[in-house]
Amino acid sequence: MSDTKNNLAALAADVESALARRRSRSAAAISWIREVALLPVLFILIIVGAILNPHFLTVANLTGIGQQVSSLGVVVVGESLILLIGGMDLSLESTYGLAPMIAAWLIVPAAAFGNGWMLNPYLGIVILLAVGAAVGTVNGLLIVKGRLNGFIVTLGMTILLAGIQDGIVKGQAPFNLPAPFAYLGSANIGAIPVSLIVAAIIFALTGLFLRYHRLGRAIYAVGGNREAARAAGIKVNKVRMGVYIAGSILAAIGGLMEAGRVSSVAPQQGYGEGIIFAVFAAAVIGGVSLQGGRGNMVGAASGVILLGVVQNILFLENAPNYWIDAINGAVILFALILARVIGGEASAE
Amino acid sequence: MHEPALPAADTQGAPAVEAAGVHKRFGSTRALRGVDLSLQPGRCLGLVGRNGAGKSTLVSILSGLYPPDAGEVRLDGHPAPSLGDIAAWRARIATVFQHSMVVPGLTVAENVFLGRQPRRRGGVVDWRRMREQTRKVMTDWGFDVNADTACGNLTVEQRQIVEITRALAAGTRCLLLDEPTAALERGAAQRLFERIRQLRAQGVAILYISHHLEEVFEICTDVAVLRDGEMVLTAPLAEVTKDDLVTAMVGQENLSTERSVAPAPAPRELAGASAAQAGPDLVVDGVTYASPGVFLGNVSLTVRGGERVGVTGLRGSGATTLARIVAGAAAPGAGQVRLGDLVLRPGDRAGALRAGIGYIPEDRQADGFVPLLGAAENISMTITDRISRAGFVGPKRREARAAPLARRLSLVSAGLGQPVRELSGGNQQKVTVARALASDPVLIVAITPTRGVDVASKELLLSELDRITTETGASLLLASDELDDLVICDRVVVLVRGEIFTEFTEPPFDREALIAATEGLGRS
Repeated sequence: MSDTKNNLAALAADVESALARRRSRSAAAISWIREVALLPVLFILIIVGAILNPHFLTVANLTGIGQQVSSLGVVVVGESLILLIGGMDLSLESTYGLAPMIAAWLIVPAAAFGNGWMLNPYLGIVILLAVGAAVGTVNGLLIVKGRLNGFIVTLGMTILLAGIQDGIVKGQAPFNLPAPFAYLGSANIGAIPVSLIVAAIIFALTGLFLRYHRLGRAIYAVGGNREAARAAGIKVNKVRMGVYIAGSILAAIGGLMEAGRVSSVAPQQGYGEGIIFAVFAAAVIGGVSLQGGRGNMVGAASGVILLGVVQNILFLENAPNYWIDAINGAVILFALILARVIGGEASAE
Repeated sequence: MHEPALPAADTQGAPAVEAAGVHKRFGSTRALRGVDLSLQPGRCLGLVGRNGAGKSTLVSILSGLYPPDAGEVRLDGHPAPSLGDIAAWRARIATVFQHSMVVPGLTVAENVFLGRQPRRRGGVVDWRRMREQTRKVMTDWGFDVNADTACGNLTVEQRQIVEITRALAAGTRCLLLDEPTAALERGAAQRLFERIRQLRAQGVAILYISHHLEEVFEICTDVAVLRDGEMVLTAPLAEVTKDDLVTAMVGQENLSTERSVAPAPAPRELAGASAAQAGPDLVVDGVTYASPGVFLGNVSLTVRGGERVGVTGLRGSGATTLARIVAGAAAPGAGQVRLGDLVLRPGDRAGALRAGIGYIPEDRQADGFVPLLGAAENISMTITDRISRAGFVGPKRREARAAPLARRLSLVSAGLGQPVRELSGGNQQKVTVARALASDPVLIVAITPTRGVDVASKELLLSELDRITTETGASLLLASDELDDLVICDRVVVLVRGEIFTEFTEPPFDREALIAATEGLGRS
């Protein structure tokens, strides 16, 4: 008897669901438009670039853009993961400088401002990854276990790490990086830079991981509602810890790319250049929410490419040097506003 | 009689609120379709309707949060002020929302005069006048809250008084109370009713929104029923019965299916008959807990495999906390929780889930679901380890696992991928319940599983909890202060101030006796 009633209730629910489905179909279309909101902007920018400068659409220039943005892009992947769990990490920029600095310092000869140990360059790469992991662990412990405010912890950390980066080399820039260490940032396969290929692979794998892996989904759950995730049996603190570590390792890899590209590690690399602003801008323009739980790798990648294309156009057009920063800032603000207008709350929250 | 502290409504005889032919549409949803409503000073109008009937939309329009698409709102006989003129709205009508809208860091007086503090020359806030006026309004209306206390230190009941005082101090003689008893324990709710009667006697008009028909019958003078955006019934309360209201809320054609979904379920054969499939016993052994406002002193309780035990008590009695401890959502100060031979790690929700404990948390907004993620993903969140291959799980597999549960609970959604925040409250609760059931638990811990859910969904959720525990032999620990929830239990334990006061072992349970027991009276 109670079966028939429940069947009737289920039937009623089905009918209501069908109505709701019809209603939400247009909503789904809108949300799809939001996801790809940046693509038309990017397309227009590329046309503008092509009109302004015939050199813009050449393979050499485009791969050049690719190589330039790939190191930034890898850091953006790291920051996006941390933003997705509802955190933030300012110190990624210093990890981006410090990790390759320590590694380079240990592997180049004293004449190239190393410390004289001249370790094997492969070991150097392991050390670089270990520095990333260590920084992420300390951040994670302070924020997750110590329940300190992430903004303040990583603000302190970014200054501390940048100071170490400067201190160990007394303001010098180790150069003459050995080939294996510089490979990632400087080599090409055919016409395409290895760093671009690796960055693209990192974006793609992270994107798939976030979309299809249970831990990737757990990241969205933790960022979307930490308490609900905990009540559903997700080990919230382990996920957060893991993401802080992964983010810092990615920042270290980004730093390795940059070091290889310029074949030395400047004491200013990262913090001194203030790359964290570009990192946040790319992520947020790409629709990654600062509140956590919202964003994806397609968006983050378009944010990165957009910034890269804008800088390239300014460079090709010989924008006056003193004004580059102002123009850059204006472009970031404009892109944010545009993303907000097209993407609704998705990008600006 | 008190003299009203501030000028009363200037147009005598006009309704305090009058809505005529109000329409409101959100996208393709027609939330309100030609709603008429009229509320006279000194009356209390109960506004009832199922979730999604349009109550919230109507409240928002009447409080000036959005404009109607068509139709007119008149306050005190005047056309409603323009939408941006918040001060003008607040002087005529004030809404006390379910969730407290006081600023916890400010004092009572500051909250009462929030945004319109009395000033001295030069724009300096006149603190003395602010305190004096707050005290005067409180005394005039017979309220008793200290004007200098920080609102963060007040009880929920006192905060509500602050909000009502704020409205009265602004000269409002029309209050919109949205589910005002949702966060109050029974005694406080009774005192609120007393206050409402007193306000009404002094000519204040009250629009009272509630899920609880008993409350409407207790304090309202008139009642209005919304269904699918239309006002289907408006009448003085004396002229309608509870059945009339339910009929109006549900709609005549649906009534036969919905009203009788959960006839008080027949008591189930215990242990003996279903021993074969009954799960392990839950043993709560000497559990203590202490935090501000909640205290548990050495509580021990056994739930046998397949048994369904209700735990009830007033707010602060510890009933909810006991359930949270069993689910691993809170860690006890001392004592042990065992499921069969397994000693559960205190405060380890993931461990409790592995041990087979499904959990329906108290506050679904806070703990029940991830609003941006889809229904299927929320439902399958407890079982990602089981449904993934090498850690990977796609939307199709999630939906395949979630679909039977969604169907079983008659979840209404535009597809299981729809973000849960877009669902109505009742459907959100169904997602939360489905999430707990997805892991095939041997013990379900449910805290107020039907709070804030409309009548039909309530009956459905209860009957499904009843059926699932019967079919699978799962035990149930149900903590609730809603006596209606407890009908599916085999036994009810009553907690008073953190200790087991008494136990009712013979369903059906006597309502009066249960209420008395929660108040610490009449130990059986």
